[in-house]
Amino acid sequence: MSAALAPAGLFDCRDAYVRTVQELAEADPRIVAVVNDSVGSSKLGTFRDRFPERLINVGIAEQNMVGVGAGLANGGKIPFVSGAGCFLTARAMEQIKVDCAYSQANVKLCGISSGVAYGELGATHHSIEDIAWLRAIDKLTLIVPADPWQTAEAIKAAAAHDGPVYIKVSRMPVPELVRSDATFAIGKAETLREGDDIAIIANGTLVHHALDAAQVLAGEGVAARVINMATVSPIDKAALAAAAATGAIVTAEEGLSWGGLGGAVAEYCAQHNPVRMRMIGFPGFAPTGSAKWLMEHYGLSAAGIASAARELLGMKAG
Amino acid sequence: MVSPEQLRPVEGPDVATLDARIAHVRERANWMRRRLLAMIVDAGQGHPGGDLSATDIVASLYFDILRIDPANPSAPNRDRFVMSKGHCTGALYAALAGAGFFPEAELDTYLKPLSRLNGHPNRIYLPGVETNTGPLGHGFPVGVGIAVAGQIDKSDYRVFVLTGDGELQEGSMWEAAMFAGHRGLGNLTVVVDRNRLQQGAGTEDTNQLEPLADKWRAFGWEVVEVDGHDPALLLAAFDDAAAPRTRPRCIIANTIKGKGVSFMENQAGWHHGVPNAEQYATALAELKR
Repeated sequence: MSAALAPAGLFDCRDAYVRTVQELAEADPRIVAVVNDSVGSSKLGTFRDRFPERLINVGIAEQNMVGVGAGLANGGKIPFVSGAGCFLTARAMEQIKVDCAYSQANVKLCGISSGVAYGELGATHHSIEDIAWLRAIDKLTLIVPADPWQTAEAIKAAAAHDGPVYIKVSRMPVPELVRSDATFAIGKAETLREGDDIAIIANGTLVHHALDAAQVLAGEGVAARVINMATVSPIDKAALAAAAATGAIVTAEEGLSWGGLGGAVAEYCAQHNPVRMRMIGFPGFAPTGSAKWLMEHYGLSAAGIASAARELLGMKAG
Repeated sequence: MVSPEQLRPVEGPDVATLDARIAHVRERANWMRRRLLAMIVDAGQGHPGGDLSATDIVASLYFDILRIDPANPSAPNRDRFVMSKGHCTGALYAALAGAGFFPEAELDTYLKPLSRLNGHPNRIYLPGVETNTGPLGHGFPVGVGIAVAGQIDKSDYRVFVLTGDGELQEGSMWEAAMFAGHRGLGNLTVVVDRNRLQQGAGTEDTNQLEPLADKWRAFGWEVVEVDGHDPALLLAAFDDAAAPRTRPRCIIANTIKGKGVSFMENQAGWHHGVPNAEQYATALAELKR
C-alpha cells in the first residue's frame, strides 16, 4: 500500500471524495463519517481534525460499521460509511442488504481503493466483485465515478439523494476528463465522444482508456461512441438503447468481466436491442502484481478495448 | 428514579401510581398474549415461543416506558425500540396496534398475502418500526448507531433494543456491544430475552453464553438481572435506566419461552408452531385466569 502521489496530470479520486465530504459537512451538520479504522486509507485525517465528534470510528468491525451507519441515519444523520471496498461490501453484505437497502436507510457507502488498487496484496484485497454483488440488491443506487470532478459530483448527489447509495472510490491515478457539458445526475449516462460505428460503455478508471481507444480507432476510420455509465443502478436505458443501435458494444470496467456493468448492459440489450458485445474485465481472482500491471495484463487498457472493438467490428461486417 | 411527568403511557388510564402502572402493563401483556396467539392460529404459522417470552418486556416498554406518539411516528426526539429478534412479530405487532400505530383489526391480516404485517418487521410498510430486522445480529448495531446520533446531538431520547439470547451467538452483536461500551452510550438499554432456548435446543448445549452478565460487564456495560415476566421489576429496571448514565445498560431478563401457555413453556419445539383447536382453547382458558 504505497503512499506515493499520483503522477503529474493524474489524480487520486480519494482526494476529491474527502474534500467534498468535508465541504458538505461544513454546510450541513447532519453529515458524519463512519470508518473501520480506515481514517488513513480513506484520507479522512483532516475531517477528523475539523469535526472530531462527527468522525465515528467503530474499529475493525464492518458489520457493525454498516449497522451503525443505518442507525445514524435513523437518528437524522447523513452518514458516509467509508472503508476499503473489498471489506465494506463482502463482510457487511447482509447489513447493506437489510439495514440499508431493504430498510431504505439514508446511508452513503463509500468503497475506497476499490478494484485492484491494492494490486500486490492479492485477491483478498481486490474489490472486483462489488458491483456484481451489489447490483443484485434492489433499491440500492450504485455509482462508479470516472475522475475527480465526477467523484465530487457523485458525493454531492448522493448526499442530496434520500436513500442508500454505494460509491466506488478509486485510488488509481486518473486524468480529469474534458467535458463540454459538465452536469451530473444519478442515473444519467454521459456521452463523452460521438460515433455510430460502435459504442464503448465504460465507467470508473476505464473511461479515460475508452477515450484513448476511441482516438486510436478514429485513426483507423472507426467512429466509436464513448459512454461513461457512472451510474450502474439505476442504469440509463435510453443511453443503452441508443448505444445498441450502433450494432456493437464493448463494455469496460475495473471489475469482474461478468455481473457488473457489462452484465447490466447485456441484460438490457438481450431483452430489448440484441447486439454483439464484448465485456472487458477481470476473468476471476487476479494474481499478485501491481495494479498497473494487472490492468494491462488483462486488457483493461486502451489497447485491450481497441482490440475488442476491432474483433466485434469484423464480426459485424461479416 | 424518573419523574412521573416523564412517564407518559401511550394508552390507557392516566396512571400515576406504580401499582396502577404495573396493573396496566399486566392487563396489556395478557391481551397481547391472547391476541398474538389468535394471529398465529389464523395465519397458520408464527413464533409463539419467543413471542410469549418477550411479551412482558415489550408490554412494559410500549404501554409505559417509551416516549412515543403514534400520530407522529417519525418525531426526531422519540424514544426508539428496535426488535433485534425480528421473528417475534406476534408480540411486536400486537404492541404496535395496541399502542395505536395501526388499527387493531389489521392484526387479522398477519402473514397473509400483501399484508403490511410481514413475518419480520418492515419499516417501509409499517409506522413504528425503526429498522427492518429478521436475520439475527442486525437490530442491535442499528440501535447503537441511533444511540450514537443521540449522543452527538445531546438529545434526550432513549434507545431500547430487545435481543434474543441465542442471537448473542452472532458476532455482530459483540462488535456492537464492544463499541457501545467504548462510546459510553448511556442512552442505550439492551434487553436480553434470556429464555435459554434457541430454535433447536438449549443455548448452553448449543454454544454456551454463560457467564453472560460477566461478558457484558467486560464489554463496559452496567448489568441488571431481573425476572422478565415481572412488570414491577422491569419497570424499575427501565426507570432506573432513565437517570443520566455514562455506560450502556444490559438488562438480562430471565424469561420462559412460551410463558403463559403451560404446554408451550420451556419447550424448544414451540419456537415456531401453531396450536391446534384444542390447544388453542386450553391456551385461552389459561390466559383468562
